[in-house]
Amino acid sequence: MSIDMAQFHQVFFEESFEGLEAMESGLLNLDMGDVDDEEINTIFRAAHSIKGGSGTFGFTAVSDFTHVMETLLDEMRDGRRQITQPAVDVLLGSVDCLKEMLTAIQDEQDIDEGQVSEYQKALETELNGGEQSSVAEQPVAEVVADETVTALDVGAGWKISFSPHAHMLKTGNDPVRMFRELSELGELKSTIDFQGVPDFYDLDPENCHLSWSLELLGEVNEDEINEIFDWVEDECDLAIQSLSRSDESSEQVQTEPEEATDKSDTVAQPKEESSPANTEKTADKVEKQATAKAKKDTKPAAKGSSSIRVDTGKIDILINMVGELVITQSMLSLVGENFELNNLDQLKNGLSQLERHTRELQESVMNIRMLPISFVFSRFPRLVHDLSTKLDKKIELVMVGENTEVDKTVVELLSDPLVHLVRNSLDHGIEMPADRVAAGKPEMGTITLEAYHRGGQIVIEVKDDGKGLNKDVLRQKAIEKGLIDEDTVLTDKQTYELIFMAGFSTAAELSDISGRGVGMDVVRRNIQSLGGNIEIISELGKGSTIAIHLPLTLAILDGQSIAVGDERFIIPLGSIVESINIKKEMINRVAGKGETFRLRDEYLPIVRMHEIFDVKTAKATKLTDGLVVVVDGQGMRCGLFIDDLLGQQQVVIKSLEANYRKVEGVSGATILGDGSVALILDIPGLVRLSNQ
Amino acid sequence: MATILAVDDSASMRQMVSFTLKGAGYTVVEAVDGVDALNKAQTQSFDCVVTDVNMPNKDGITLIADLRKLPKYKFTPMLMLTTESGMDKKQAGKAAGATGWIVKPFNPDQLLKTIKKVLG
Amino acid sequence: MAEQVENNETEQYDEQKKLENQVQFLSFTLGDEEYGVDILSVQEIRSWEPVSRIPNVPSYEKGVVNLRGAIVPIVDLRERFGLGHLAYSPLTVVVVLQIESQEGQNRTMGVVVDSVSDVIDVEKKTIQSAPNFGTKVSTEFINGLASVNERMVMLLDVEKLLKLDGLDDENES
Repeated sequence: MSIDMAQFHQVFFEESFEGLEAMESGLLNLDMGDVDDEEINTIFRAAHSIKGGSGTFGFTAVSDFTHVMETLLDEMRDGRRQITQPAVDVLLGSVDCLKEMLTAIQDEQDIDEGQVSEYQKALETELNGGEQSSVAEQPVAEVVADETVTALDVGAGWKISFSPHAHMLKTGNDPVRMFRELSELGELKSTIDFQGVPDFYDLDPENCHLSWSLELLGEVNEDEINEIFDWVEDECDLAIQSLSRSDESSEQVQTEPEEATDKSDTVAQPKEESSPANTEKTADKVEKQATAKAKKDTKPAAKGSSSIRVDTGKIDILINMVGELVITQSMLSLVGENFELNNLDQLKNGLSQLERHTRELQESVMNIRMLPISFVFSRFPRLVHDLSTKLDKKIELVMVGENTEVDKTVVELLSDPLVHLVRNSLDHGIEMPADRVAAGKPEMGTITLEAYHRGGQIVIEVKDDGKGLNKDVLRQKAIEKGLIDEDTVLTDKQTYELIFMAGFSTAAELSDISGRGVGMDVVRRNIQSLGGNIEIISELGKGSTIAIHLPLTLAILDGQSIAVGDERFIIPLGSIVESINIKKEMINRVAGKGETFRLRDEYLPIVRMHEIFDVKTAKATKLTDGLVVVVDGQGMRCGLFIDDLLGQQQVVIKSLEANYRKVEGVSGATILGDGSVALILDIPGLVRLSNQ
Repeated sequence: MATILAVDDSASMRQMVSFTLKGAGYTVVEAVDGVDALNKAQTQSFDCVVTDVNMPNKDGITLIADLRKLPKYKFTPMLMLTTESGMDKKQAGKAAGATGWIVKPFNPDQLLKTIKKVLG
Repeated sequence: MAEQVENNETEQYDEQKKLENQVQFLSFTLGDEEYGVDILSVQEIRSWEPVSRIPNVPSYEKGVVNLRGAIVPIVDLRERFGLGHLAYSPLTVVVVLQIESQEGQNRTMGVVVDSVSDVIDVEKKTIQSAPNFGTKVSTEFINGLASVNERMVMLLDVEKLLKLDGLDDENES
């Protein structure tokens, strides 16, 4: 029977890539001074798995390559080899090489043989040149005490005496099995020997007290017989004698298996290249890998988009809920069948149950799509490690809130912008170690990636304690590029946000690190297209923080429905602070700022919805006639002047842009219960609109 | 037909073993590591156990030792999947009570042959 | 007998040839002029329903409607082509058009027309290119002119039609 192994390949590739990720992060986390055993074991197991799988599925090149890595790691985890930074670096590079090999195979391309052999050499050099005693380069050949056998010893047959030790049965080995196999080789005659059987009362049925004398006739190779007893070598006394030479004393008694523990000292010949040159070469390679990897970074993300891993617990919850929904539905069916007004309460109950179950089901389903943001963060330790090495800067990466969960699509779309931002911090933010010390800062710069939920949004911050942004320089640059006029007045925040203007960075500045053609304007646009926003806070000399705000889920929103004239809008519930009736005394007109009203101790601008959205059927035009809903959009507050508050409901966010266009102040649309379309307000966008 | 417990933390290996054995008519239950395997072994009954050695949470050898302590598995054939270089693993496995081993990498036919050997 | 079979075959052959050389259009009227759109881009024809207004967009973009769960914009073609607005009545017709954009996504849009005429078959080689004069409709939307039963039908480029101002520009300032 031949099985097509190809069906298992995809799973093998997926789990191998995962294993490589685990290896990479494990290697990066290794603290030379205090090695975590579990960590090094995990790294070893990953390599071992890949080796095993690739061997099984016929990817010999991968198997051979991984074998060397595995050997190195095996020694490290056994304590036979000290873990050094150079070794870790070589392993890291090998992980990259493996990634490329697997990708090539998966894409049915050719493997870069040159690179593979280079890394293999580097690994072998590590193996040999490290502080180590004799290392077996090749897998230890199984040495069975077979040497004395002449394989050509095929005569009329064999005489075998077989005495299992008492405990042989307890390893699940049954003499019957061996006899069956022997009888497949030739004609088997057996004589049982009861001598070993003790008295009845001393008899332990779980022990084997029997032994046999067997005769196997036929042209059988002694090797074949040995193979049958291979597993029970230690658990029996076996004597094989050739029948044709029964008078010779060429007994091969196997009592103790000769496990030749002297590993063949066939250490691979040290390569001609001297060590320093080799490590230099590999360091070079590591560097090239970093940039090559940079270009290929987008690929893994793309591959992940077609499927999703889900905790089975979440699926179980889902199944339960659907079950409950079905019950509620049957109940409602029944009520509906012979409906009488008496049953009104039952109907109402059923409907409210239905509402509850539907909501729960919805939440559960949305939850399935949620992934921890660690999926996005996971590539950064390596990135920071490689780039800081390349730039000769000392940079530490701190990640906070990796378990914060985010919708899957957000994870996918957030990756590239974040990479760009982190690279910026690495390249332009953090200063060279000498400069930092001169400025009285610690030599090691810190980049912090933090994620948390706030107000129905997810916030991701990229913080660095670098040199911060220089307002004057930014302003000057913008003037030079004609983006603003000499006399334009800008707040600090607005000055920092000049970076987001298209055309701000010139080609000359877009270094290899920060990437070409991926300007901050594209980053901002990408984020805004997700319904989010991005802002910069900076302090010269101290550092910068870039905060990305994104909606938690892209599909469902808790909304407050409002009326402006005949039109309906939805305000995200999380943005609402409070709603008030304005009294004349609260209103204030501020020169240059338009209408404001006083709320406790601040003056907030008023946004007249009917004006901004040009609603001609608005009921209230005087501020005192309508309602003001105080809303907060990323720290900016304002009061929305509307006609009425309607109900609160969960709305399904429909994209306006799919078929139409992006509308400022609007983040999407939804379909109300009566089939009409209501626009969902984008509070920060509205505030921006009203400022214009 | 016999029921086999297949234990391996590698999904592709598990699938391959499972597919191969099922194709020959065996019933197969999969487990992802030693802990999972032990749990399943306690609530179900298996005629044979095939397990990888290197796994997180509980490795194959410890699993076999634990299984042997359960009365119903005293004499059950248990096979380790091990790489050729793991000579010491074989000894440790046997000491723990393993019936025998299958050397990795193996192909489906070798697996089937070996299983047939022990299950008859 | 044999002759009949032969005739059938030639008939089929002719039919096929015809299909290859023909295009089908849905024709409709705007004012006193007739226009056509590739039938393959017509998703459905509906009567006018109230739309939900979208603020701060050109006046010919009337708003959006809910079309089986999707938000679809409605454009008044008369106003788009500068022919002046006509009051909507239950008889007003909306032609829902759909095309596949460059990224492989489908874009749907409804256009308000005066009335729908019929489906016309046009032989490709009889389509004339749009003359560069005097038509009320900007020639950028017109793919060609067809002559059907002595009527002149202006064939519209649906893709261009569905492209709204400023939509596909990357650099919105």
